Amino acid sequence: MERRQFLHIGAGTAGAMLIPVFGHAIAADELMKPLAASAKKVLADTALNAATQAGASYCDVRIGRYLNQFIITRDLNVENISNTESSGVGVRVIAGGAYGFASTNDMTPDGIANAARQAVAIAKANAKLQREPVRLAPLKGVGEVAWATPFKQDWRSIPVKQKADMLIAANKAGMDAGASFMTASLFQINQQKYFASTDGSYIDQDIHRLWAPINATAVDKASGKFRSRAGLSSPVSMGYEYFDAKAGDKVRAAGGVTTLYKNSYDIVEDARLAGMQARQKLSAKSVEPGKYDLVLSPEHLFLTIHENVGHPTELDRVLGYEANYAGTSFVGLDKWESKKFKYGSERVNFVADRTTPGSLGLIGYDDEGVRAKKWDIIRNGILVNYQATRDQAHIIGENESHGCSYADSWSTIQFQRMPNVSLEPGKARLTPDEMVKDVKKGIYILGRGSYSIDQQRYNSQFGGTLFYEIKNGKITGPLEDVAYQTNTQEFWNACSAICDERDWRMGGSFFDGKGQPSQVSAVSHGSSTTRFNGINVINTARKIG
Amino acid sequence: MSILTHEQTKRISERVISLSKADECIVSVQGSRIGNIRFARNAVSTAGLADDTQLQVQVAFGKRQGSATINEFDDKSLERAVRRAEDLARLAPENPEFMPAIAKTGYKASDTFVQRTADIDPEYRAQAAAYAMEACRKKGLVAAGFFTDRASFESVANSNGVFGHQGATSLDFTCTVRTEDGRGSGWVKRSARDVARFDPREAADVAIEKALRSVDARALEPGRYTVVMEPAATSDLISAMLGGFNARLADEGRSFLSKKGGANRLGDKLFDGQVNIWTDPWNEDVPVLPWDNGMMPRERVQLVKDGRINALNYSRFWGKQKDQRAIGTAGNIIMAGTDKSTAELIASTKKGVLVTRTWYIRMVDPQSVLLTGLTRDGTFYIENGKIKHPIKNFRFNESPVTMLNNIEEIGKPVVIGGDEANYSMLIPSMKIRDFNFTSLSDAV
Repeated sequence: MERRQFLHIGAGTAGAMLIPVFGHAIAADELMKPLAASAKKVLADTALNAATQAGASYCDVRIGRYLNQFIITRDLNVENISNTESSGVGVRVIAGGAYGFASTNDMTPDGIANAARQAVAIAKANAKLQREPVRLAPLKGVGEVAWATPFKQDWRSIPVKQKADMLIAANKAGMDAGASFMTASLFQINQQKYFASTDGSYIDQDIHRLWAPINATAVDKASGKFRSRAGLSSPVSMGYEYFDAKAGDKVRAAGGVTTLYKNSYDIVEDARLAGMQARQKLSAKSVEPGKYDLVLSPEHLFLTIHENVGHPTELDRVLGYEANYAGTSFVGLDKWESKKFKYGSERVNFVADRTTPGSLGLIGYDDEGVRAKKWDIIRNGILVNYQATRDQAHIIGENESHGCSYADSWSTIQFQRMPNVSLEPGKARLTPDEMVKDVKKGIYILGRGSYSIDQQRYNSQFGGTLFYEIKNGKITGPLEDVAYQTNTQEFWNACSAICDERDWRMGGSFFDGKGQPSQVSAVSHGSSTTRFNGINVINTARKIG
Repeated sequence: MSILTHEQTKRISERVISLSKADECIVSVQGSRIGNIRFARNAVSTAGLADDTQLQVQVAFGKRQGSATINEFDDKSLERAVRRAEDLARLAPENPEFMPAIAKTGYKASDTFVQRTADIDPEYRAQAAAYAMEACRKKGLVAAGFFTDRASFESVANSNGVFGHQGATSLDFTCTVRTEDGRGSGWVKRSARDVARFDPREAADVAIEKALRSVDARALEPGRYTVVMEPAATSDLISAMLGGFNARLADEGRSFLSKKGGANRLGDKLFDGQVNIWTDPWNEDVPVLPWDNGMMPRERVQLVKDGRINALNYSRFWGKQKDQRAIGTAGNIIMAGTDKSTAELIASTKKGVLVTRTWYIRMVDPQSVLLTGLTRDGTFYIENGKIKHPIKNFRFNESPVTMLNNIEEIGKPVVIGGDEANYSMLIPSMKIRDFNFTSLSDAV
């Protein structure tokens, strides 16, 4: 689920983005100075040795430096520029068959050794309550290796003024086009993660991510009505070249209703369209509730995939490890064992992949030192696998982990997190325009809106950003107050067409929450425009007071 | 190093301010020790301890601001942090909405720290988890849960002579109990700042009882029902509404408290006359720090009085624009109640639904504060004042504004930490008519 455990960044104004805050403000000159791998190895060995001497049968240590830069703008003002840093060490051990974890920002040898010993003490306390010892899938150490997100332009090297000017230009374009208020933000993430374990791995990774959410709000003071249109960009794992706005990366939406983006983003153009469309939404027709064929754009469908395919196939949920928070899953082991659980129609194929270029889930190695890989989750509509970590692999008969372990900070313990889970494109040639031609009574939905799903992932409700009515094969005009309610299995079995690979692109969740204490991770979901027949649509308009 | 004293942070803050050459300087020092244990499938899954201490210095030259953080506290490191913040401020664009550091003010301490909570150790955490797991094993049930305790401090200071330092402690315990066949599920949540007010056995027993009672739920048609909502069922609905109390949002026409023509709804009666909601940093049940993130002193503020909108939240900038006094933003939410127990609310219900908790609540339409979400972990049918049988979970599409208009009875407020809301809350159980359930969920 995407969390709301956020702090205001900015001047506390209406338009301030809500974002999770990790770390603390630092000066820009600090961003470009990583700690040498050799120094990190010395610190890691200190922890490994201290844990082993204290009685740990296994230990891994993660030395993290997490750098963020947030730029928050509202209308024509820069509200906040913040460089934040958080550095420290997290030590996970197994002692007496149980896990223990401790972390510290005291990065002296004594501080790290103390954390390791504390982790062992915690593990020993837990071992008294442990019924079965933790069982890790075997993993051969990889020695000293390094991996980095491929990028052309490092966000850290771009002057802050240039970025702020871009956001202000976007806001101006939106306001000129009809928005009463605009916000544009830029979240830039760099995770310098060093992993070492008693298996003999020393892995140095440098991970970069970006997201530039915008939002246009139009107000009609006479009627008291207000409507918003969010941006249609995707968060990415790449460099600042994402903002190159290449003409070849622009995608015409079905019926030409708007412009969409792939691989690079024209933020000013999207903001202009957002301002115009927010204003249009004030007078759009309110939807008649009923059954519709839905044509869902990838910028919208990613969140539905995330909630009702990504999360239910997390093995820890299936087994009950998330029962107290995010919940369990409707696809229990019996459904996987049957080899015939029909998750979706035959054309539905989902692949888990931590290697997709540009995706938020792109890594070299996970936080247990497992190399990134790709595997099937759903093939021809049938559930064929889950997402697993080292301590879960044996449960599904695998002898190695899927590489799904992740912690959002040096101070948090790693656990099973979702890889990119993406819908394969259709095999037959099909464009969104051609798809619309076959729809008698439907709605074309673009962009993310509200989202909610039950704790076993059966019942979900999704809104969107832009809605267009489809009548007899033609897009006839914008709609408002649209949300669809559905049951996951029924929804994916109602999948009747998927556009081909030319239309395939990713959306992503920058702040996906799970676990206790809650942690966020970033993950992408790719798809082409996809059609679902006979889905229940409700009208969300209400009057109060 | 994670927990510093008043004297230590005062000395550090004064040193930092003396090093700054900027027009103004703001210093914040924070530290925490957070312990936790997580269990699932009747066994411990993870447990840990995290500590962290940080100093942030923020300076301004005119309307240009910069900040830097450090976690070393020797003189050399402090000076380096100040110089970095000053360098960044010189490069930053002017913020037209910049507000200078607050003038000298005092903070009236609130009772947020309890030593025995700060003393919780791994053994205590393990024991807190153990009872639920053992009791569930004996009864053929499956426990999952999370216990976390936190000891922290925060100090704030600025070059106008402002200084505040305060410690805080808290603990949260949640436990979900499921039947082995997955047909029943119950849940409990307990929050406290004083560990002496927490009983893990009492808490686990509530979840166990709910799980056993929730087996073999029957389907009830979606529609509008009278509901008895336990505090955990309404806390996040109420907190989701509070963003709309931002005066600037309301004045700009982007809140449910905006009026046609451009005014806001201050003074309007929007809720049932029984509704009184306020914030108070010194409340003895849910005390919070007496300053907010901007160092503004918090006060007791009556947001809703007898169903009327009584106050809006003005930021310093917006307050200046509108000639209104700015007050520190709320850290807690308190809703008035009665002495009635939830059982009494049930006893007076002819036909209705008892909701233990709501979950995955999201804004559908900010114009009407329409929220969607689901019931979870204990939903029951009430008939003639008695719980008759468990029922399947529902999805709702409802506005807390409508909900607080449809109150029939209010029960006794209890301390409840928000699921996703960043508030300490004191919320009563409530009986509400015409609550809008829009579809069924098969989830247990």
